[in-house]
This record gives sequence, structure tokens and C-alpha cells, in this order.
Amino acid sequence: MGDAKEGSIYDSLRKNGVSRREFMKFCSLMAATLALPVSFAGKIAEALEKAERPHVVWLEFQDCAGNTESLLRSSKPNVAELILDIISLDYHETIMAPAGKQAEKSLSDVVKNYKGKYITIVEGAIPTKDGGVYCTVGGRTAQDIVKEVCGNGLATIAVGACAWDGGWPAASPNPTGAKGVKDVVSGIKLINLPGCPANVVNITGTVVHFLTFGSLPLTDSMGRPLVFYGEKIHDHCERRAHFDAGQYVRQWGDEGHRLGWCLYQMGCKGPETFKNCPTVRWNQSTNWPVGSGHGCIGCAAPRFWDTMTPFYRRLENVPGFGVDSTADKVGAGLAIATAAGLAAHRIIRATKTKGEKPEEEK
Amino acid sequence: MTERKRVYIWEVPVRLTHWVNFFSIIALSVTGIYIGNPYLHPLSESSFTMGTMRFIHLTAAYLFLMMIIIRLYWAFAGNRYANWRVFLPLKKRQRQDLGGATRYYLFMSKKPPYAAGHTMCAGAAYFVLFLMFLFQIFSGFALWSYARSVPFFHMVLGGWMLGFWNVSAIRFWHHMVMYFIWAIALVHVYLAVWLDSAEHNGLMGSIFGGYKFITGKEWE
Ligand code: SF4
Repeated sequence: MGDAKEGSIYDSLRKNGVSRREFMKFCSLMAATLALPVSFAGKIAEALEKAERPHVVWLEFQDCAGNTESLLRSSKPNVAELILDIISLDYHETIMAPAGKQAEKSLSDVVKNYKGKYITIVEGAIPTKDGGVYCTVGGRTAQDIVKEVCGNGLATIAVGACAWDGGWPAASPNPTGAKGVKDVVSGIKLINLPGCPANVVNITGTVVHFLTFGSLPLTDSMGRPLVFYGEKIHDHCERRAHFDAGQYVRQWGDEGHRLGWCLYQMGCKGPETFKNCPTVRWNQSTNWPVGSGHGCIGCAAPRFWDTMTPFYRRLENVPGFGVDSTADKVGAGLAIATAAGLAAHRIIRATKTKGEKPEEEK
Repeated sequence: MTERKRVYIWEVPVRLTHWVNFFSIIALSVTGIYIGNPYLHPLSESSFTMGTMRFIHLTAAYLFLMMIIIRLYWAFAGNRYANWRVFLPLKKRQRQDLGGATRYYLFMSKKPPYAAGHTMCAGAAYFVLFLMFLFQIFSGFALWSYARSVPFFHMVLGGWMLGFWNVSAIRFWHHMVMYFIWAIALVHVYLAVWLDSAEHNGLMGSIFGGYKFITGKEWE
């Protein structure tokens, strides 16, 4: 099949040296990632042969550019990463050539010329306190930009935890009033891909889903695609057998750690986090955090900076009891104090009521 | 010594729920502490320790839930010593008894809180304890229903908590309330032994056999 449309995604991939075989492999990967039957690989291929490269603008606000890094840092980009490369990335502060006024012009050009047709990817939280002055680009507040750009586009993909629910800029006490896209702009087609960073395969999967079916994937109540965020990490983790068996890492570098046992006691948040990390993995599916011996920190969970800390313990500390006071220590202390109190009471009772008879009921 | 009658106070459902709760709370605590902090080192290559612990924890949890339902029902269907009214200081007489018992426990009075059923102090404490039991059930099922597709009755039994509370905080309080329950249980046993010896009414035996030996002058 060499009949790909000039300028289509497949065409550009071919020009980038992607063979037909690699392309079909990618389409199967996408079908699998999107939890579709294998037969859909053909449908996806067809769509990518026809689809024009969509115009995409990538906005960055209160972020660490981690999602961008995750996209760029692959030593040998695979097709998933290339797709994001060859889409018409018309605006991306970190990697685009133009600067200053010219850069801002390319953004306003897209908004004007492709109104209702381009996809916006947002990375980073949007500050809302004090008129949103805590993050401005080209003299405009993030709030303004996001409302205009997302509002005029076809669809928005919020990548990373920050663009979803504020992430760590919104961690308590949230001095800048940081919020995610979903809480700043309403009435837009929005997909959230939380995680620190969002997985490139999932970003691509969302785009491919859109190109193939013309719609965004089905989401859960928090606006995350069910195909990527429907399953608990813990239920697909390769260390799960060790969890059930009671084999845990108790200290970094101990025997269990070397044997690849479960990281539950080191504070792994896999049992609380929904994402497809264990299956999709990172860097061309080489590995993922738990695979490399570090517990999950729950970066795809709501308000993870507040709710999933401490990262290296199972439980939060008891407020007001010092840094080392786990709930269990304080609780056991309480039980012991009660027993001690009762023992003291018994002694007082013995001295006070010695030889006395209790008063009878009258 | 005054004349005493042998009176049937604790009916079967009260004693049954008491003892099943006793054992299930022990099982839930032992397994719960393991689940929160797996203290045992793996026994063998083929052990299934966490799996077993969780199985026991969940089974005991269901048993506990059943007992709470039975006891709740019995608060309306049982005799007057089991009735819900004995847990709330609604009447003046009850409030007086609350003060009287407290004074006795603090050595401020020498008159034990003679009561045929629960003293008001105990009743009030059990009411708080009952709320803690409910909290453990709700929070436990909330933690259990932190999954993609949750059976409807899990949502009813606690899944709703996730709607307004994050899972870490729920877990935190699930741990803490266990220790509160322990503390209440310790005080409960201590006072029961004490009152048994002070009042000579067979209080300790009554939770096994149901009968107390009372003078008939106790309130209620
Ligand atoms: S390492 Fe984490 S996700 Fe994997 S089984 Fe253990 S607790 Fe679960």
C-alpha cells in the first residue's frame, strides 16, 4: 500500500524513515493501548494514511516541562513519539524556533486561521489568585491564554498532574491559587492525562483515537480516559505475587530489594493509583518506576502531592506529634497510656477503698 | 446482705453479638495491623501470608457487619436492657446516673452505680463505641471499594466516603479508630471486673449466662 495521501501522517512517517512494518506494529500497539480488538489496527492504519497532520499548539504554564522532556528524551524515538513530532506543532515554547513577538504571532495565527480545528495540549497549572499574575506569557496571564486558545480549538489535552488538578503548584497551601484546565475553562472538549509526566504512548493514543474515530476516548468521573486510567497499578504490577506472598522490601538495598520483592512497605502507592504504567511503561517500554525498584508515588491520583505523601511510608503522620509519629505509634501509645491509667486507677482504688464496703442501694 | 433475685438481663442476641464482636475485633486488629505494616517475615517461598491475612480480615469484617446489624435490630426488638434508649441520656434519671457513676469512678462517691442493665456511663460509652464501629465499617468498605467497578452494596456500605474524602485520610482514621476501640475495650473490662466485685451481682458471669443477681432496687 503505497497510496498514502500526500501530507498525511503516514506519509510524513515514511519520509522520516518509518517502514511499513514498523507503522503496522505501531497501529497494533495503539489498538492494544486503546483496548481495542486487533482488527482495529487496520482501521487505525487507514485513518493515519488519510488524516492530515493536525495542528497542535502546546501551552506551558506552571510546569517543570517534564511532559515535554518525557516526549523529547527518547534516545531512539519510536513511532509513538514521532507522531507527536510530525504533527504540526505550531507552538511549543520549549522547542520552537521563533522567539518573542514572532512566537506569540504563531500562536495567534493558529487560533485565527484554524479556529475550531486545532488541538491544544496544556502542560502545567494555571494560577488564579490575584488576577492570575503568577504566570504570564508575553504579558498575558495563563488564565487569559488558556481561555482563548482552548476555547477556540477543537479539543484540549491536559497532560501531567498540574494541568489536570493543579498538581504540585496547587499543593497545600496553594499560594498562587493554581488550578487545572478543567477548573478554569468550561464547555470545551477536554481529555486529562495526569501523571508526572504523562506517558507519551497515552498522549499519542488519545490523538490516534481522535483521528480514527473522530471522538475523544471515554472518560471516568475525573475526566481521565478509562482505557489508560481504569486499572489499578497494583493489579498489574509484576511484583504483585510478592505482595500476596508477604515478601516485602524492608530497607533500600536489602535482600528483598535485590530479589525484586514488593515495595509496599517502602510506601508504594500502587494500591491506590489507577494508571497503565505497568503495561505501557516508559522509554520505549523499557521499564517503569516499580520495575526499577522504586515505589509508585501515585502521581496520577487526585491532588497527589497532598494525599499520597509521605511517599516512602504507608501512612501519614499524626499532626502535632513530631516527624516520626506514625498513626500506629501514636495509637499504640494511646492504648498503652489507657492501660497505664487503669493500672494507676487500680492502685488508687486499692488504697482508697481498703477495708471499706461500698454503700448499698437504698 | 440484701435479698437478691436471679434476673435474666442479657438475651441471646446481646451475648452472641458481644462474643462474636470480641473475637472478630481481635482477628480484625491482628490482620489489620499486618495489612498496614506486614510485620512477619516471609515464612517460605510459597507462602501466601498477605493473601491469607486479607482473606481473614474481610471475612471477619463481614461477620462483624452482620453482628452490628443484629445488635441494631435488637435495640428495637430486644428487652428493655437492650433497648436503644439505654444508650442515650434522654431522661433526667439517666443523667443523674451518669454523674453518679462518674463520681464513683473518680472516688468522689462511695456509692457504686447500681444498675440492672447498663449503667448510664456504660450506655453512653457504648453509643460512642457503636459510632466507632460504624465508622470502621464505612471506612473499611470505602478502602475496599477503591477499585474500578464496585458492587452496589460496597458503595452503600462505605464507597460513598470516597466522594468527599481521600483514600489516605480514610486509611489513617481506619487505623486510629482501631486504637480508640482498644482503649474503650480496656476500660470496659476494667470497670466490669470492678463493679462485679463491688456490687456482688454476678456482672462478669452475666455476659456468659445472661443472668444477674440483683436486689430489685436498681434503677430500671
Ligand atoms: S510494588 Fe507496589 S504496585 Fe507492585 S505489588 Fe507491591 S504495592 Fe503493589
